[in-house]
Amino acid sequence: MENTTPHKKRPFFLRRGPMENVATALIAIGFLMLFQPFALVLYTYSLVTLLAGTVMFIIVSKFPE
Amino acid sequence: MTDTDTSLLDKAAEKAVRATPAPLAFRVRGLSDRAIAWLFITPTIVLLLAINIFPLIWAVHLSFTNFRANRPNAAIDGVGLSNYQRVLNDPDIWQAMQTTAHFVFWTILLQMLIGFTLAHLIDRKFRGHAFWTTVILIPMMLSPAVVGNFWRFLYQPQIGLFNYIYSFFTGVDPSSFEMLGSVALSPWAIIIVDTWMWTPYVMLICLAGLRSIPDYIYEAAEVDRASAWRQFWSITVPMALPFIMLAVLFRAIENFKMFDMVVLLTGGGPGSTTEVASITLKREAFESWRTGRASAFAIILFVAVFGLANIYVKALNRVKQR
Repeated sequence: MENTTPHKKRPFFLRRGPMENVATALIAIGFLMLFQPFALVLYTYSLVTLLAGTVMFIIVSKFPE
Repeated sequence: MTDTDTSLLDKAAEKAVRATPAPLAFRVRGLSDRAIAWLFITPTIVLLLAINIFPLIWAVHLSFTNFRANRPNAAIDGVGLSNYQRVLNDPDIWQAMQTTAHFVFWTILLQMLIGFTLAHLIDRKFRGHAFWTTVILIPMMLSPAVVGNFWRFLYQPQIGLFNYIYSFFTGVDPSSFEMLGSVALSPWAIIIVDTWMWTPYVMLICLAGLRSIPDYIYEAAEVDRASAWRQFWSITVPMALPFIMLAVLFRAIENFKMFDMVVLLTGGGPGSTTEVASITLKREAFESWRTGRASAFAIILFVAVFGLANIYVKALNRVKQR
């Protein structure tokens, strides 16, 4: 007999795909901030953004799909 | 294998068994497959920890201190995040980052365009293609020290061949411009040398990608009357894309660390026009002797490259799954 119980979807912040995209976006923004020639303040906060993205990427890449 | 060979091998094995010291033989006999596997990989792991991981952890530790390598006996005090704050608020370091980004962008763009074009030409297997492949690969095989000195002579305004060739095509007086001494031209002088030296490497990776495309796909496209242009954009580029991306990743990581060529050609000058991040880092560490701050700077660069590599590996996996 076919199982008709609806499959419970994980919340957004526990799914690998979307969270990996968020982390990737953070890394990309941090990277651009680090090398951009427009504002020193963006350069100042680039490491925090990069680090947040990288740590997030390492964590969420272990989440199930 | 003949009986004589088998008996010879048995004899050699017996000899080896007899030559093994009794305590060692006894120890080895009692080991499981897993233990033997660990026995083999342990030296590599120990070496990796000692050479790669330990210096990294030590640099992270130093980045939070006021340590100076020229005063090894002075007391080391923790300074918290102060080194990071200074590096991230220093306009000179910010400028060096921009210079690095400029180099990375242009060298990769040029190397990819020329490298892929060369690979595409070599892949056509014309007469003498093996010889030309070897000739193209020569710059990559040279030492950066040799290449740096060699190009310094080529860029000489009085005797350099580069200025003469340029003047031959444009009519400009050869001694009217100086590639290494001009603020506007010196960054391009380094970009030209790096492109000359590393385009063969990119070509080699792209060639591997092009050679991995099976011929029957092109044959099927021919049957469907697809034009050469259409075949290039719909077959060649998508199928060689993982290789192109790999080449970009390798070159980007290498060029963020570009040091030797810049030191040999311009030394970071004129002024600080070609002072890339690695040169600023070296000056902080070994001229100003601010080891703690230099470590913080190195860690920032490491995080940037590590983050970039993460994105890249993800993109590469997606392309492969397609």
